[in-house]
Amino acid sequence: MSLQVALFFLFGIGAIASAIGTITRRNPVAAAVNLIVHFFMLAGLYLTLQAQFLAILQILVYAGAIMVLVVFVIMLLNLGNEEALREQFTLRKVLGAAIAAIFMLQLGVLFNASPSQRYLSPAAASLGTAESIGQALFTTYLFPFEAISLLLLAALVGAIILAKRKVE
Amino acid sequence: MSSLVLTLIKGAIALNVALVVAAALVYLERRISAWIQYRIGPNRVGPFGLLQPLADVLKLYTKEDIVPYNASKPFHRIAPIISIAVALSVLCVIAPASYLLLDDGTKLFIAVAPNVNVGLLFYLALSSIGVYGIVLAGWSSNNKYSLLGGLRSSAQMISYELAMGLAAVAAVMVSGSLDMNQIIASQSGGRWNIWFQPLGFLIFLVASFAETNRAPFDLPEAEPELVGGYHTEYSGMKFGLFYLAEYANMFTASAVMTTLYLGGYDMPFLPTLLGLQEGTLPRVLFELAVFVGKVSVLLFLFIWVRWTLPRFRYDQLMNLGWRVLLPLGLANIVITGAIVFFVR
Amino acid sequence: MSDVIQLGPLATLERVRKVRQEKIYKELLDRDTTVLFEDPLENDMVLNMGPQHPATHGVLRVLLRLDGETVIKCVPELGYLHRGYEKLAENCTYVEFIPHTDRLDYLAPMSNNVGIALAIENAMGIEAPPRAQWIRTLVCELARISSHLLATGATAMDVGALTVFLWTFAEREKLYDIFELICGARFTTSYTRIGGVANDIPDWVLRKIRQWADEFIGQLEDVEKILCRNRIFIDRMAGIGYCSAEKAIALGLTGPVLRASGVARDLRRDQPYLLYDQLEFDVIVENDCDCYARFMVRLREMRESIRIIYQLLDHPIEGEVKLNDPVHVTPRKYEIYTKMEELIADFMIINFGPPAPPGETYTAIESPKGELGFFIVADGTGYPWKLKIRSPSAANLQAMPHMAEGSMVADIVAIIGGIDPVMGEADK
Repeated sequence: MSLQVALFFLFGIGAIASAIGTITRRNPVAAAVNLIVHFFMLAGLYLTLQAQFLAILQILVYAGAIMVLVVFVIMLLNLGNEEALREQFTLRKVLGAAIAAIFMLQLGVLFNASPSQRYLSPAAASLGTAESIGQALFTTYLFPFEAISLLLLAALVGAIILAKRKVE
Repeated sequence: MSSLVLTLIKGAIALNVALVVAAALVYLERRISAWIQYRIGPNRVGPFGLLQPLADVLKLYTKEDIVPYNASKPFHRIAPIISIAVALSVLCVIAPASYLLLDDGTKLFIAVAPNVNVGLLFYLALSSIGVYGIVLAGWSSNNKYSLLGGLRSSAQMISYELAMGLAAVAAVMVSGSLDMNQIIASQSGGRWNIWFQPLGFLIFLVASFAETNRAPFDLPEAEPELVGGYHTEYSGMKFGLFYLAEYANMFTASAVMTTLYLGGYDMPFLPTLLGLQEGTLPRVLFELAVFVGKVSVLLFLFIWVRWTLPRFRYDQLMNLGWRVLLPLGLANIVITGAIVFFVR
Repeated sequence: MSDVIQLGPLATLERVRKVRQEKIYKELLDRDTTVLFEDPLENDMVLNMGPQHPATHGVLRVLLRLDGETVIKCVPELGYLHRGYEKLAENCTYVEFIPHTDRLDYLAPMSNNVGIALAIENAMGIEAPPRAQWIRTLVCELARISSHLLATGATAMDVGALTVFLWTFAEREKLYDIFELICGARFTTSYTRIGGVANDIPDWVLRKIRQWADEFIGQLEDVEKILCRNRIFIDRMAGIGYCSAEKAIALGLTGPVLRASGVARDLRRDQPYLLYDQLEFDVIVENDCDCYARFMVRLREMRESIRIIYQLLDHPIEGEVKLNDPVHVTPRKYEIYTKMEELIADFMIINFGPPAPPGETYTAIESPKGELGFFIVADGTGYPWKLKIRSPSAANLQAMPHMAEGSMVADIVAIIGGIDPVMGEADK
């Protein structure tokens, strides 16, 4: 168990550090790379929870596909003047800080409320496999799953139309 | 804790094997290409030029490491590391042989990380991470050719990953598991997936060529157009790492294809004819030989194709990925699904 | 510091450099620049291809303005290999200039040698003996094959088929061996002389040439097999670099590039020189006007050249290889060493050049790249008053902006391969 705790701290600290790096880096590519590292750390945390499938999907989808696109766009646009993009201290920041504070509070309350739930039960470990997730996705949650697919399809079509403004 | 030590030992062995294989591949590629091109190839360093890779590495080590002016230095440094690290880490889920039965009755699995229930996904995930090495190298070099190479590669990888994933899904449907050992076990006795999934194998093969940036999909480093592509501005051992990563990727891609479609270390009838018991050392060695043999055939295919076919153009590559391989992969899944549903 | 430099020659250089840069950028940017830059998502980039680039066949520099990977504008920059041959020619006697022509189209030096020799002979009003003409025709066709081999191989390499390049290079190597047997040099041949050629080709060398030609057809078939039915290769070449027949004529294209646009013009047939009017051969024409057509024209022309070589080898013409004309043609060595008049003639030709009567002549041959012409203005001395070289590569390269517009970066190399410029010739 000690190894698991050590790994948890390793990944946890890594995740927090890279998350801070993501929002503090001026260079967009550096920020993106930090975010990728963050996703890896999250995947590591999932692994400590025995959720192999989720961990791999985290890497495959977020780090492997979405972030590649983000980096692609950053490189393509080559955002030169970061100074011009910097925002002033506005209402948005205040709101963001407030929401973050509330969220943290909630987490703290939740974790303190039920100390027995903090450790992994054998039943929870079996939830992370491909079989159980597939089972849940295609039986119990079939309708939400298909609805999300449809939504994503609509978003895709919209993106293509936006990108192809010069419709012949 | 002993399992941790064991894993570390196995990992170290796997890494060394991969690096030696990569070096051997460099030599083989040069010899085979020479053979195809009516040349002689390296034959000066050591017997039959066998020590040529060693000389190459020595040369690369002693070369000056040039970082271009205005390059983004940390990323320039980190990019080859990402490439080689990703290429090598895939090895841990590959099972080159089954297991060794120890005296106390426990099974010593030959794979570094056996029984990962998402082994195949792990390969797909890591091969999609490999693109960062190339993209960052292209971006950080502060060179337009490099940048174009990096952009091409990211677009290419995303496109072909999908086709590869779809082909793999169909194979997984036949095998019924994502675990590499289970996939091999399901194909035992010559019931290899390639017989049931010829189209899937073809799609996976083509996508593997694209994922490993090998000809005819070597657009990110297309030398007539982009000079060296993403590694134009790399020299010395940093370049050497990219070079090594390419061959390591080839090796892992071949190993995964062997596992997924060619039955891995399975060879029907022969072990029983030879009287090799499962779990004994001769059996493990036999399985290793079978695995290496199958991988070698695929590796030869990689090299053969590279020296025979011209290179695709960027838009043709995208067309092939999105308009041919992707629909074919989807159709393959539907057909496979229907057959699996009705047969079982 | 700046004051001193600005007064010196560096200031001039600086100004020239600046003017040139401005010219290039202006050429690149004069196309609806504002419209494109208004849109933050449209992102174009100026890519400088060459002069140090593996695919530009020497030191061609191509400036590309790209939108993504699509070429919006393409400006070829010539002149990186300019050595001033036209001016140099005015300070050389006619005899001395022949070796310089090796360095024009250095992939087919024999062809240039023959071109300049014919031009000088035309200016002087003399003609080489039949045996020399026969040899010249033979080496011209060998040079054509050598040049086309490189063109086809390099085109294949540019689209990624490296193996074909090495195959054709191996054949070229054999051709170089033959050139060495013919004249003693592999690369810079300088084989022709005014009024003939340097030396006769012995029969055993001719037998070697025939032997090579027999094997060569098989090699050519290998190249055709690996490329001409290859879907990737055809996709990469067909429809790329389109140049219609009208446009090709308007741009003054010649050679395989013109014939690939469906214009059947070949100086060997249209203005026969040497023995070409007695030989039977087809003028290869393709009507597709694209890179694939250019590639195919070159492949098929090699077969025609082999046909011509067989005809020549089957019907040898015997006789002297050099004209007996002491005023214009250097006498044989043994005659110089033994006879007074020949010694004087040799002295006069070497020191003052063979005199050409005043007048203007233009002589062109069908070199492998196209119409290679020499315009000689003679003033009665042994030096040309002006020698203008009409180099096919320079003219053919002018079609590049037209061919490249709207294609992709990867097509640029195929287009350059299709034009097959040799910068030694284009830059002179």
